[in-house]
Amino acid sequence: MTATETQPSRATRGVNLKVLGPILALVVLVIVGAALNGNFLSAANITNVLSRSAFIGIIAVGMTFVITAGGLDLSVGSMAAFIAGLMILVMNAMLPVMGPGWPLVFVGMLTAMVAGTLAGFVNGFLITTMRIEAFIVTLGTMGIYRSLVTWLADGGTLSLDFGMRSVIRPIYFDGILGISWPIIVFALVAISGELVMRRAAFGRHAAAVGSNDQVARYSSVNVNRVRMLTYVFLGILVGVATIMYVPRLGSASPSTGVLWELEAIAAVIIGGTMLKGGFGRVWGTVIGVLILSLIDNILNLTDGVSPYLNGAIQGVIIILAVILQRDKKAES
Amino acid sequence: MSETRALTLADVCRSFGPVQVLHDISLTLRPGEVHALIGENGAGKSTAMKIMSGYLEPTKGQVKLDDAPVRFASSQQAEAQGVVLIHQEFNLADQLSVEQNIFLGHEKRRGLFLDKGWMQAETRRLLDRLNCKVSPTARVRDISNADKQMVEIAKALSRRAQVLIMDEPTAVLTEREAEVLFEQVERLKAEGVAILFTSHKLDEVKRISDRITVLRDGHVVAQGMTTEFNEDQMAQAMVGRDVSSLYPVRTAAVSDEPALEVTGLNVPGYARDISFTLRKGEILGISGLIGSGRTEAMEGLTGLRSAQGDVRINGKPVTLRSPQQAQAAGLCYLTEDRKGRGLLLQKGMRENLTLQALPEFTNWLIDHKAEDAALTRAIADFDIRCPTREVLVGNLSGGNQQKLLIAKIMLTEPDIVIIDEPTRGIDIGTKQQIYEFIHALSAAGKSIIVVSSEMQEVIGLADRVLVMRLGTIAGEVSGDDMTEDKIVRLAMGLGATRQEAI
Repeated sequence: MTATETQPSRATRGVNLKVLGPILALVVLVIVGAALNGNFLSAANITNVLSRSAFIGIIAVGMTFVITAGGLDLSVGSMAAFIAGLMILVMNAMLPVMGPGWPLVFVGMLTAMVAGTLAGFVNGFLITTMRIEAFIVTLGTMGIYRSLVTWLADGGTLSLDFGMRSVIRPIYFDGILGISWPIIVFALVAISGELVMRRAAFGRHAAAVGSNDQVARYSSVNVNRVRMLTYVFLGILVGVATIMYVPRLGSASPSTGVLWELEAIAAVIIGGTMLKGGFGRVWGTVIGVLILSLIDNILNLTDGVSPYLNGAIQGVIIILAVILQRDKKAES
Repeated sequence: MSETRALTLADVCRSFGPVQVLHDISLTLRPGEVHALIGENGAGKSTAMKIMSGYLEPTKGQVKLDDAPVRFASSQQAEAQGVVLIHQEFNLADQLSVEQNIFLGHEKRRGLFLDKGWMQAETRRLLDRLNCKVSPTARVRDISNADKQMVEIAKALSRRAQVLIMDEPTAVLTEREAEVLFEQVERLKAEGVAILFTSHKLDEVKRISDRITVLRDGHVVAQGMTTEFNEDQMAQAMVGRDVSSLYPVRTAAVSDEPALEVTGLNVPGYARDISFTLRKGEILGISGLIGSGRTEAMEGLTGLRSAQGDVRINGKPVTLRSPQQAQAAGLCYLTEDRKGRGLLLQKGMRENLTLQALPEFTNWLIDHKAEDAALTRAIADFDIRCPTREVLVGNLSGGNQQKLLIAKIMLTEPDIVIIDEPTRGIDIGTKQQIYEFIHALSAAGKSIIVVSSEMQEVIGLADRVLVMRLGTIAGEVSGDDMTEDKIVRLAMGLGATRQEAI
């Protein structure tokens, strides 16, 4: 670095607050939680909170890239429900042929990954090649997947065969060294996401596309390819999240994954990623996910405030996060 | 219109910061007279018009309305006094109807509700006065450019305009559409409206104006009745000055080998049948008026727009359908729009510098150390002055942004560089530096195309100049023939040689 005088400008301080804001909020929540309930910091509770955060968390990491590149995906919740239903149907159908066991679990996993990739591709294709607004496309596919899963379940519940349930349960409930698989997978996804965002050309390109797609195009960046890939990655991650989710209940219904898309988007925004694109922070998203699930957890553990107010408190946090993010603009 | 008004600028000066762009401008717009204001790009026409219409205030001197000094604090105040400016780009809301546009912000109410009947009748009356057949309920986006121009004028009339100022009203019109406009200008003139317009088309100026003011570098260099000028005299008044010592002496030798051969390049809607050859180490200038298709032709060549044509680089045929392909072939285009297309204003210098050459810095992961080293080198090589290395690019001055943009393009190590408007909006000192960079690149064996609206710039920099007009190459000048006079004549569609002054 060249010798540059340190100017305590407003911008520098503002950025610091923007970096520290989500972390401070998380710390405050942990202190409040510990003060209100002795069980809050118990291993069981922490494992519970983290495992439940993993579904939204894995999806939110993918959402961070989509939003950073100037897009949006409202379909992820419905997509997760649809993929869960499909995974269960495929495994049930193959059960007589393959019998209960890990090969069948892998078939289920493969189904989820392929379906997620395809669903992401469809969103990306309609948005990039067909040039339709991301909001409209994913609003449409959101309705389509939700309706499809309802139709597949005939309005009820799609249940995994009981024999298979015991085989697949460990994916959610077991782990290594007492850390459950969903937490491990979430951590891996988050770490690789952070690495890609910060250090890989793809992350840089996604931010460039979201910041000004014309500049990206004139700089020889393949804008459509970058946009497309953000949706495909998100689709794959929805598939991964579904693989973690199905073993938990062994069923999928029309109410599976409802509002996940909003929770994922909220986590991304709380984490400091700009909704209009151009700047993304994966570690921030992870903190955002943790903040949202801690609020839920604390309200459930304490008697003072009704858990029904969960949504209100989350709403206030989202709005506060956006207020804190303002003014990060170059004067030109 | 019952009353008429005359608008006068008396010894008006205007400075932006330390730069004075208008020097003691005096001119009078008289009722029932069409006044043409002509000059090169950057001569100060827009500033003068903005001062007349209240968008800017003069730094010195006075604006007078009927001999009484006035101060317009805003364009609304000027409009209230009957002085209306019609911008070059239409100032209409596309989704609204003609009537809604004409009364936008001045809607007539009856009680709580809009008096639509009255407004539609009034719109019809205004349009009839202009002999314009468009329906008051038509949506503006569905009507032709000529009709849009009429709607703009009708809007001005609805504000009781007695002084009408039009910034290049015919730039977007076809010849026939312009004809319709001129008829209406004649009518307004007969009704006693004072009219000022600017145009680069000197034949138009000759035809419809009564009086001419020529601006050059912010000075009035000629003024008089239109009958006193012929088109050649106008052009000469507009450009007549020497090329200063801004430009470095050309020392590099140009090889005879072609670097880039373009044959029959068509960019639908913008340029057709563009053919030229760029030799190794050569600086080729491309000149022409704004809208002549220069930028679009170059964007078509580099895969940024769809185009057809035969392109050879170093003798080998290449297909350039995307900027990636062009870059891979060693051809890079540096955009004229550095804020909108060149740089990410909300990102730092490092991200901007390496964006185009990112693969060079990536081996699975981006090598931040190499990026930092590249930035250090770029800052030194191109003399980029920044408060800190972390500064957002949007906070750099225009000149430093341009230097960063050049550094960014050069990082891709192209053999052929197309630089569009290398010095737009940049102070003279930085201009000189940029000219030196361009010469240094050519001396290093790069082949360069410089596209510019500043004729001096292409003359000072280039070995040869192609002049574009209406989407085609109107001619080529080189050596002693590279004069502003010859280029202006080609760009404006006059013959290559001067007619004898009448």
